Amino acid sequence: MAFSARHLLGIEQLSRPDIETILDLADKYVDFNRKSHKHSDALSGLTQVNMFFENSTRTQASFEIAGKRLGADVMSMAMQASSISKGETLIDTALTLNAMNPDLLVVRHPHSGAVDLLAQKVKCAVLNAGDGRHEHPTQALLDALTIRRAKGRLHRLNVAICGDIAHSRVARSNIFLLGKLENRIRLVGPKTLMPAGIDQFGVEVYDDMAEGLKDVDVVMMLRLQRERMDGGFIPSEREYYHRWGLNAEKLANAKPDAIVMHPGPMNRGVEIDGDIADDINRSVIQEQVEMGVAVRMAAMDLLMQARAAERQSAGMMV
Amino acid sequence: MSSTLFTNARIIDPEAATDRIGSLLIRDGVIAEVSYDGTPDATGATVIDCNGKCLAPGIVDIGVKVCEPGERHKESFRSAGNAAVAGGVTTMVIRPDTEPAIDSPETLEFVHRRAVADSKAKVLPMAALTKGRLGREMAEIGFLQDAGAVAFTDCDAVIENNKVFSRCLTYANALGALVMGHVQDPVLSNGAAATSGPLASKLGLPAVSPVAERIQLERDMALVEATGARYHIDQISCAAALPALRRAKDAGLRVTAGASIHHLTLNELDIEGYPTFSKVKPPLRNETDRIAIVEALASGLIDIISSMHTPQDEESKRQPFEAAASGAVGLETLLPAALQLMHAEMIDLPVLWQKLSTNPAKLLGLPVGRMAPGAPADLVLFDPDKPYKLDRSKLLSKSKNTPFDGRLMQGSVIASFVDGKQTFGMKN
Repeated sequence: MAFSARHLLGIEQLSRPDIETILDLADKYVDFNRKSHKHSDALSGLTQVNMFFENSTRTQASFEIAGKRLGADVMSMAMQASSISKGETLIDTALTLNAMNPDLLVVRHPHSGAVDLLAQKVKCAVLNAGDGRHEHPTQALLDALTIRRAKGRLHRLNVAICGDIAHSRVARSNIFLLGKLENRIRLVGPKTLMPAGIDQFGVEVYDDMAEGLKDVDVVMMLRLQRERMDGGFIPSEREYYHRWGLNAEKLANAKPDAIVMHPGPMNRGVEIDGDIADDINRSVIQEQVEMGVAVRMAAMDLLMQARAAERQSAGMMV
Repeated sequence: MSSTLFTNARIIDPEAATDRIGSLLIRDGVIAEVSYDGTPDATGATVIDCNGKCLAPGIVDIGVKVCEPGERHKESFRSAGNAAVAGGVTTMVIRPDTEPAIDSPETLEFVHRRAVADSKAKVLPMAALTKGRLGREMAEIGFLQDAGAVAFTDCDAVIENNKVFSRCLTYANALGALVMGHVQDPVLSNGAAATSGPLASKLGLPAVSPVAERIQLERDMALVEATGARYHIDQISCAAALPALRRAKDAGLRVTAGASIHHLTLNELDIEGYPTFSKVKPPLRNETDRIAIVEALASGLIDIISSMHTPQDEESKRQPFEAAASGAVGLETLLPAALQLMHAEMIDLPVLWQKLSTNPAKLLGLPVGRMAPGAPADLVLFDPDKPYKLDRSKLLSKSKNTPFDGRLMQGSVIASFVDGKQTFGMKN
C-alpha cells in the first residue's frame, strides 16, 4: 500500500490503509530497535528539524532518537528561548527555517491549527507533534501499535478513554483512529471535562468510572492538564482521584485481561494509582514509550519515501 | 439647478414596500419626484437609463470601524469612503473603538475634520460611553452629543459593572442619546475563537456557548427596562437570544436589534481549516442559528443589517486561529452578501432595504433611507444578478480581510450617489 501523504498533520486525514501501512512498518522498527546495532541509512543525508513551541521532554527525545536511528541530521530547537521571544511570528520563523532547506519539520505548538498553518508555508514535509487541543497523531499511532501488539488485533475492541478529554489532543486523535478501525469507544470523566457535542463523534459518554470501564479491553488514562485549568473544572484533585482516578477497585470492572495505558507524563495519585501504573501484568505504559520511537521512525520514513516518489515522478514528467 | 433623471429603473421603495419600474428625478441633491406612470418633466436634466436595474436608497451602515485615529495603515477615511460608495454604502456610522478611543469632544472633532476632508460617503461618528472604553467612568456624553456623536457605545468592551452601566443609561436617556451595546458575557466569551459544539471540539478551539449572548441580553434588557433608555443591540447572532429580545419588544422597551452580514450569510463550517478571515466577534454560529436570525430579520424582530466592517492588517491575521485578530471587512461585500438572502428567497428587496437603509436611518433620525420627494438623493444603482468571483486584492479597503475571498457572489453596484452627486461608478 503506497503512502502518499505530504505531511502528517492529523489522524483525521488518514485512511485506514494509511494507518495500517504505518503500523506495519513500525512493527519492523520495533525489532530493529531491540538490536544492539540500531542504525539505518533510510534518512541519510536528510535534515530533520524539531521545533517545539511548547515544553516537551519525552516526545522531543522520541523524535530525536527516531531521526538519529534512521541516519538523519537532527536539530532540536527550543523555540520558547529563541526568536519567538523577540517577537517574530510563527510564519516568519517557518520561512526562515524553510530557506535552510530542511527535509522534515517536526512541530509542536500550543495553538490548535498552528501546525496546519505552518505546513502551508513551507516546502518540506511537516509532522505534527501536537497542536493545542487539536491532534497528536503519532501518539494515537503509538497507542494503536501498543494495543495491536497486546491484543493481537485493532478492531472490535472496547476502549475506554478516561479523564480530561476537553484539553486533550491525545483523546481527539485516538477517537479518530480507533473509530476508523471500527472499535467501540467510551469516554469516561467529569462532565466539565467533556468537550461540547462530543457525543456526536461516535462515542459513548460516561460520568461513572465503574460503569464506563465495564468489560472494556483497554483502559486509556489521560493526564489531568492542570496547567490548562483556568477556572474550576473540578473541585479538588483528591475528589477527582476518588471519583475518576484509576485504582484496582475500578479496574476490576474491566475485562480481566484489560490493559492500562497512559500517554505520560503521569500524575500519580491524581488520575492513576502508582501501583496500577507499575503493575507489569496490566500496565503497558513503558511499551507505549518504546512503540513511540518505532512509530515515529515509520512515519518519518514513509513521509520521506512519499516525497522521493513525488520527486521521481515529477522528474519523469520532464 | 442641476438635475438628474433616472429612467427605466427598478425602484426599490422600502417604505412603501414596492419594487417596480419607474423614473426618479433628483434636483439639487434632493429627490424631486418618483413616477411610475410616464416620465416626469425634466427639461435640461441629465438622463440616466437604468436598463431595468435596481435603484434603491443608499445603505446606512451602523458600526463601521475606520481606523483613524491610531491605525491608519489598516483603514483611513479616504479608503473607507471609497470602499463604502463602491459597496453602495452612502452613510457610515463609525465606531469609537479606535486607538485612542473616540471618547472626548476633541477626538470627535478630529474625526469629523478628517471625515469631511477625505470620505466620499457621509460619516456620522458614535462615541465611547465610558472613558477609554474601560467601563469605569462615564464619557462626556453631553459635550460629545453637542459635537455630533449620534450614539454611544463601548463596542465589544462590555461594561461589566452594573452600577456604572445603569448610570450611563440613565444619564444618556436624560439627554435623549442612543446607547448601543454588545451582548456577549465578557467572562464566558474571554478567549473564545469559536462557538462551542462538535466542530469547535474537533478543531480544538477555545469556544463560547450561545448562552453568553442570552445572559448579556437579559441583563441589558433588565437595565433598559429600569432606566427607560433607548438601546440598540449591535449584533444578535443566535437563536438562544431571540426569546429575550421578543419579550423586551413586546413589553414596549425602546429596543432595536441588529445582525451582522457575516452571521446572516456564513456559519461555523466556514472556520474549518482555520481560515482566520472567518474569525469574527461573536464567533460564527451553527446553521440552525443562522436560519433563526434570518427568519427573525424577515419577521421584523431584528431591525437592521450591518457590515460590522473591521479592518485588520495581514500580520494580525497571519497567525494561528486562536492568536489571530477578530473581525472582517464588509463595506464592499455587504450588498452582494445581503442579496444572497434575496436569491435564497428568504427576504425580498424592499424588506432587505428596510434593514439596510430605512431602519438605521430612522433609528438615528436621519432624513435618508427613503425614496420620497424631499429626501436627500443618497442612492445606489445595482445589478442584483451579476455573477462574479470575489477577489480580495481588488477591494478598495486598505485591509483585505474578507471571508468571502474566492467565493462566487451575485449582485454588484453600478453607481452610487451622495446628495445627488455621483461618487462611484459609470461615467456619464
